Amino acid sequence: MKRRTFLLAGLGAGGAVLLGWSLLPPRQRLYPSRGIPSADGRIALNGWVAIAPDDTVTAVLPKSEMGQGVHTALAMILAEELDCTLAQVRIAQAPVDAIYHNLVVGRDALPLPPESDGVLRRVVEWYSDKLLREFGVMTTGGSTSIRDCWAPLRDAGAIARATLLEAAARHWQVPVTSCSTHDGVVTCGDRALRYGEIVALGGDLAPARAFTRKAPSTYRVIGTSPPRLDARAKTDGTAIFGIDARPAGLAYAAVTMAPVIGGAPSSFDADAARALPGVREVVALSGANGSARGVAVIANAWPVARRALEALAVQWDAGPNAALSSDAVLDALRAQAREGGGRTFRRDGDADGMLARAAEGTASAAGRVVAAEYEVPFLAHTTMEPPNCTVLAHDDRADVWVGTQVPGQARAAVAQVLGLDPERVTVHVAYLGGGFGRRLEVDFIGQAAEVAAAMRGTPVQVIWSREDDVRHDFYRPACAARLDAALGADGTVLALRACVASQEITRPYGARSGVRLARFDVRKSSVEGLFDQPYAFGALQVTHQLARHAVPVGYWRAVGHSHNAFFLEGFVDELAHAAGIDPVAFRERLLAGNERALAVLRLAAARSGWGSAPGVAADGAPIARGIALHRSFGSIVAQVAEVSLSPSRAIRVHRVTCAVDCGLAINPDGVAQQMESAVVFGLSAALHGEITIVNGRVQQGNFDSYRALRLAEAPEVVTHLVPSGEPPEGVGEAGLPPIAPAVASALFSLTGQRLRRLPLRLAEDA
Amino acid sequence: MIALRVNGELMEVDVPPETPLLWVVREQLALTGTKFGCGAALCGACTVHVDGAPVRSCVTPVSAVSGRAVTTIEGVARAEATGKDTSAIAKAVQDAWVAHGVAQCGYCQPGMVMTAVALLAANPRPADAEIDTAFSGHLCRCGSYQRLRAAVHDAARALDAR
Repeated sequence: MKRRTFLLAGLGAGGAVLLGWSLLPPRQRLYPSRGIPSADGRIALNGWVAIAPDDTVTAVLPKSEMGQGVHTALAMILAEELDCTLAQVRIAQAPVDAIYHNLVVGRDALPLPPESDGVLRRVVEWYSDKLLREFGVMTTGGSTSIRDCWAPLRDAGAIARATLLEAAARHWQVPVTSCSTHDGVVTCGDRALRYGEIVALGGDLAPARAFTRKAPSTYRVIGTSPPRLDARAKTDGTAIFGIDARPAGLAYAAVTMAPVIGGAPSSFDADAARALPGVREVVALSGANGSARGVAVIANAWPVARRALEALAVQWDAGPNAALSSDAVLDALRAQAREGGGRTFRRDGDADGMLARAAEGTASAAGRVVAAEYEVPFLAHTTMEPPNCTVLAHDDRADVWVGTQVPGQARAAVAQVLGLDPERVTVHVAYLGGGFGRRLEVDFIGQAAEVAAAMRGTPVQVIWSREDDVRHDFYRPACAARLDAALGADGTVLALRACVASQEITRPYGARSGVRLARFDVRKSSVEGLFDQPYAFGALQVTHQLARHAVPVGYWRAVGHSHNAFFLEGFVDELAHAAGIDPVAFRERLLAGNERALAVLRLAAARSGWGSAPGVAADGAPIARGIALHRSFGSIVAQVAEVSLSPSRAIRVHRVTCAVDCGLAINPDGVAQQMESAVVFGLSAALHGEITIVNGRVQQGNFDSYRALRLAEAPEVVTHLVPSGEPPEGVGEAGLPPIAPAVASALFSLTGQRLRRLPLRLAEDA
Repeated sequence: MIALRVNGELMEVDVPPETPLLWVVREQLALTGTKFGCGAALCGACTVHVDGAPVRSCVTPVSAVSGRAVTTIEGVARAEATGKDTSAIAKAVQDAWVAHGVAQCGYCQPGMVMTAVALLAANPRPADAEIDTAFSGHLCRCGSYQRLRAAVHDAARALDAR
């Protein structure tokens, strides 16, 4: 089926002009424009797979491993179609090339509800794929890795397998149809050749003309849960992260950045720092790629550089944001959300009119109005590995060692700072000590290039302190929402209107990171999770009020879903209570006809014992359950949280029952791992997370003031998958959105307090 | 010059005495398995053993461990490297870690493993509350906690069965 794609692409420039670019399908994703990278004795069969005479299979992957298990899952897909063992597979980072551009991030950025399955959607997605294929970026983010690689990686494995079959058949001079593969071996009767032996023959390994993907019923690797390929190295200290890069002659740099957002150094004593033993150089930082301005000290050791920062005695110019405060931002957001309106992302029926009639009480069928205002604060990412980047700059080339979600943008950032052609910059992507969206940014990479430019020929590793990280993040935007519903006497939601007010993420991200396609003012990430849910409301209106504030904002795990699920699911829970209907039964009515969502809801309810008495905690405190359901990144997740209060009224989450429909689960235990991870990440935000700004300064600095969940607070998460043969969907983030509203719902059952703000704080006297 | 014994090897380093042990290990000795996470003993990523006890190397001046046995993640599973032989415990912990799929991004895990080994050396069958206490100074943003707890119990059982 993909042959047609190759044939059309093969028509060349003349053919493309003849047919018109717009009629050509998105171009092929198997063969890199610069030829196939064979190296270290490996023979590349296409842009995704290389085989060595020693039988190792190298999966050439454009996706960064940041904990989500994507290297293992992608290796499994390749092993499946190539018909080799997972133990044979090694991982290599793909070079920067357009065949590895992420197409799904484009589709996901389109503000089209998932239910819209018409011609318009297909046309728009077709063009999005074409655009992203040519002008997109290599991105690991947005829970897209499996979805994005699912087609090309299976094809790459299947073609490579067919190629090896043909080569073996030629060698034996037998028909291909008499040969078969199993566990990395081609056999024909009693003859056998291992894949490594076939590539060592040195014969023709041109891509096979014909290939077939395996039938899912014959899968032997996909759908199993082998240990992660990186498990051992991440347990014995041998896994190499960006911060572990040790090129010969390495120097270390520490930075000090403007404490007021948008500020700059007005003076500093470079000579005083340079005079200290071990200090090599002092560099002014101009604010590359959206980074804060400041000063760097390069020394023989990082603690020496860090201590020397004090000797700089930097004087700061506060700049335009000396009065910026997060309280004022939230006040403004609340006012905007209350005002309503803004850009419309969904208008089904006449929600305004129905709400007006309900408010006037003019028609008995108009129902009654339920309204609520919700809000969430700014959040930092705090990846366990602080931002760091190592750059070796020469006059005509550079090397970069970094944990990044965007190697192409990293390369471009370094090239721009150093005045080099991007082709002269090599990015070595290491393991990421957490990503969560923070490593979609290249601020610390451009900054490191600026530092290394002062030390040509010497590699320099810039390491941020935790305080640098917390105070110079691109924060999850604070948001406020106003929701209004007309609730019928029988509990029907006749109309729902939601307005969310927030800063927009995508365009400033595109500008500072050099992502050209992000310049369109799409703003989908601000309303995702509100306009695209599986519920059938009588009428639905979702709008976004754009806010402009100086706080730097960026992508944070689950992005808009991270707050909009709290708003919508919290409100749905309120409506269920107002209607006097059980929250599960209430959602069943809203999901009527959506069998996949219903199955997820019912699975979570059944496995959590919904409807039975929830019991008590070990200390006798009563437990209550709360439920939430949310669809994001293609997956539907429902969670039931079991919550109690400690004697000091601290919120304790004992158990989370998590039901997931993520389509075909490549690695079911990997899915469970991501659900556990997202629940803990979401609970850190729900119970503790809050970045506040006073006089332009972020007030938190380290894990004492910006808390995250620890072992004693972590719930048991029990994950149940809905069996599915549908294509695989995203799982790295989908487990996060439901947890905050599920806990809030349980707290309402427990205390009668309806908490509409994160982090969740119970009133003292309730 | 400060004399050190790291993973069984005697060595001297030429650094200011107040230099945190973490940076000596990572930069002077190129033992990068021990991680920098917070610099303030708040996250546990930098945990090493000093005479068998878990220590936050990011706030421990190198001068304070002169003449004492320092063990890092690179040495904890090697019998000859540890002052007090914890290699059998370390192997059991690491096997349990792999079997349970504890590590995700993995950055905090060397510190977690070091604390698990020290815990099991001192307390062969820890209860949940004792595990909570032992790991109260550790953070994992990937949320590997429940698998970590299960892996500690599993390693304890495996060691018990020997």
